[in-house]
Amino acid sequence: MFDHHATLKQHFSALRTTADFFSLRYVRESGQYLAVRKNIAEPPHLNHDEGVMLTVRFNGVEAYAATNDISLPGLQAALERAEQQARLIKPHALLDLRDQHVSSDIADYLSPNLAQAFPSLSDCYQLLGDESAAVPQDERLVNWEVSLGLTHVEQIYLNSAGAQLRQAQRFVFPGVNVTAYDGNDSQSRTFGGTNFGQQGGFDVIDRFGLVGAAPRIADEALQLLLAPNTPQGPRDLLLMPDQMILQIHESIGHPLELDRILGDERNYAGTSFVKAEDFGHLQYGSPLLNVTFDPDIPEQLASYSHDDDGTAASKQFLIREGLLLKPLGGALSQFRTGMGGVANSRACSWNRPPIDRMANLNIEAGDKSLAQLIGGIENGILMSTNRSWSIDDARNKFQFGCEWGQLIENGELKGVVKNPNYRAISAHFWRNLSAVGDASTFKVLGTPNCGKGEPNQVIRVGHASPACVFSNVDVFGGDA
Amino acid sequence: MNNFKALVEWLKQAITDKEQFHLGYAAEASEFVRFNHAKVRQAGQVQQASLNLKLINDGRHADLGITLAGEPELDRQRLADGLQQLRETLPLLPQDPYLLLNHNAWQSRNEQARPLPALAQVLEDINQAAEGVDLVGFYAAGPISRGFASSDGAFGWHQANSFNFDFSLFHANGEAVKASYAGDAWDSTEFARRFKQAREQLEFLGRPLHPLAPGEYRAYLAPAALEEIISIITWGGFSAQAIASKGSSLQRLYAGEQSLSPLVTVTEQISGSLSQAFSTEGYPRNDVTLIDAGQAHGQLVNSRSAAEYGLSTNGASSDESPSALQVASGSLAQADILKQLGTGLYISNLWYLNYSDLPAARLTGMTRFATFWVEDGEIKAPVSTMRFDDSVYNLLGSQLEALTADRELLLSASTYSQRNTASNLLPGALVKRLTLTL
Repeated sequence: MFDHHATLKQHFSALRTTADFFSLRYVRESGQYLAVRKNIAEPPHLNHDEGVMLTVRFNGVEAYAATNDISLPGLQAALERAEQQARLIKPHALLDLRDQHVSSDIADYLSPNLAQAFPSLSDCYQLLGDESAAVPQDERLVNWEVSLGLTHVEQIYLNSAGAQLRQAQRFVFPGVNVTAYDGNDSQSRTFGGTNFGQQGGFDVIDRFGLVGAAPRIADEALQLLLAPNTPQGPRDLLLMPDQMILQIHESIGHPLELDRILGDERNYAGTSFVKAEDFGHLQYGSPLLNVTFDPDIPEQLASYSHDDDGTAASKQFLIREGLLLKPLGGALSQFRTGMGGVANSRACSWNRPPIDRMANLNIEAGDKSLAQLIGGIENGILMSTNRSWSIDDARNKFQFGCEWGQLIENGELKGVVKNPNYRAISAHFWRNLSAVGDASTFKVLGTPNCGKGEPNQVIRVGHASPACVFSNVDVFGGDA
Repeated sequence: MNNFKALVEWLKQAITDKEQFHLGYAAEASEFVRFNHAKVRQAGQVQQASLNLKLINDGRHADLGITLAGEPELDRQRLADGLQQLRETLPLLPQDPYLLLNHNAWQSRNEQARPLPALAQVLEDINQAAEGVDLVGFYAAGPISRGFASSDGAFGWHQANSFNFDFSLFHANGEAVKASYAGDAWDSTEFARRFKQAREQLEFLGRPLHPLAPGEYRAYLAPAALEEIISIITWGGFSAQAIASKGSSLQRLYAGEQSLSPLVTVTEQISGSLSQAFSTEGYPRNDVTLIDAGQAHGQLVNSRSAAEYGLSTNGASSDESPSALQVASGSLAQADILKQLGTGLYISNLWYLNYSDLPAARLTGMTRFATFWVEDGEIKAPVSTMRFDDSVYNLLGSQLEALTADRELLLSASTYSQRNTASNLLPGALVKRLTLTL
């Protein structure tokens, strides 16, 4: 672990520059993606990636150069390219960073159970093969896949102010999906995949419950084929955690990103319906809504000690009892606005610069069991597992779809319905939060696929949530 | 190319008689500059290069991605380490029944080395053009290389210099117009002309918003808006595996149960495009007619699907998505668009599309950037962001009235992991009815 650290430190000390400030961020990533599809092992995809980003600051103007050549001459050449770039853009620069504080922290961060050996490739294929074989024989089951992604990341950050931050993390992404087809309609059920990932080792697979999941997922896909369409009209909506994470992500996370509010993302990811002056004043949701930036849940995907600019991370309430308090803005955005924020300046790899990202963005548990949540609904619907997401560029008007729906009538769960969709407006939706599940309904989930930034970056984000109820939501089904 | 060739030669002598390999290569040296409020918000350079090594032995195979360092001795060592890792991996795997290798020693080369503009000139041109306007955007430029070689002697090389300036101009009221200038030869006069066009559209956005209720409207979808619809369809829509396993949104079209308008012909036109003419699996990529006059025609078939479903491969990518899609032009003249639209919506761009019901090809998404209310053939006012929810079989089927005679070449501005070389050549589409829901 960190076997490049000594060499990098030597190289860093040997770099020559007249910059006011400079930093080096080294990232090494290795991984494997394994899948068994319809009982046939797909060939494994393995990868080894490493490189360095050097950032310089001249007279308050910052520029970066990323390189795959991590020798001392390679790093020196990259540093000089960054210097040249900083000088070139000086007359056109938006920001003057001369007075921005830089980190001098020293820390190490390790994923939980990192020392624990992960099962061998053979054992992983055996596990996936056994699960695939457990899908029952039914000619309506036309496609299924059981998969396991594994990624190791080591990062070393050094800067000219003395910071030395090392992270070693292991991420695990198990998944099962099954598609059923009846000659006209097709319905899919998914477990995990892009809805689930955690830091850790084999313990992640245990917590996920991969063993034995495939027959249940297959049965649910078949149930959906036989189910009626979701009826149209307003209903109370019970969202399970594997849909809540999408709801949090799109209609709380992205709108609270401070770089969007500052306009940086207007050409690509978009802007926000939230304005800088709303913090401390806007009643974002009902008093039941408590949203935290929480880097302290060890197994969650984006738990870390420091972000990629070297800022120390700690748990912060962004929304408390429905009141909007803090944005998702890292040190640079905080410097630009004079506002508070969190340690969320993150880059997806060595070849992309840090920007404001979600990290772990969670809803705190409430006080209702799942039975109490259902019992409190007269005319409603339970929805689970996201399958479709669409929201406007200000993150306001949204339409989301789920794989699984179950009607709720007079406090009881009733029949399964297919193609459950709902649409609403973020600015109003969270004010209709009428009940929040307790710790027994709370799940630590996340996704590896959050896209943003120019150049584009896709990054891991964690979301944890209880089940939640929203009153009077516009619900509808599909065409089939 | 010489570094890649040297690695290929080393690998050829390193493998045993029973082993075969595919070696892919991807590299770029990119200049990235992002703008906000017409100033440089963030700038940098990225130099990266990687290999993808597939080792095959006795029907078993595995892939390994390796980042290169750019130093020949070290890169050879990384390739040797990778070869060793795959040699240790293959015995752990079962034989793959869907492995289909191309043993032809095909050759393909395409090199374009037009000099790119100096960044100082680009910054100056942008600075001049953006005087007094709220510009936000992203400039990406530099050489891109892609290579492929196999132990059977196939060799492909693609290298091109390009730039892409993707930008938006914002009115003080928050409305915006989107534009781009991309290619391989920066012409300051042409850039200024395009920028001026965007400025002129921006003036219309200053008018008071026309309030719009959910409902059904006539609409013109400009090529960039049609691209969003086409792009989501390409999420598996033309994939042989997705069609066979019922994950394609066009499954009813391919089953012959649905059709599109006879005006719609869609082709994957690799020849003459900006994409490399070979797949990462070692096959030359063919041109394929996917939809012919509204009827399903061809599919994108990679070697794995060819083996699984008994089809012939046409060199499709591993995810069987297109990278040089063309929709045939129609007959609607550019000058007649507003007149034929009459009263309805002129939609420049759509955004964030997804499926409401995938097997039914029913989509939802948002308007974004420069959407106007048109009355009696005249632009009256911008409209606020609206959500639509409608079926491909309506929009490109029963409700499609006309396609434009002129088409626009839209070059991808995507930079996830690496700069994308995909493109779409598309007309605009006039539809009799678009359903807005929110």
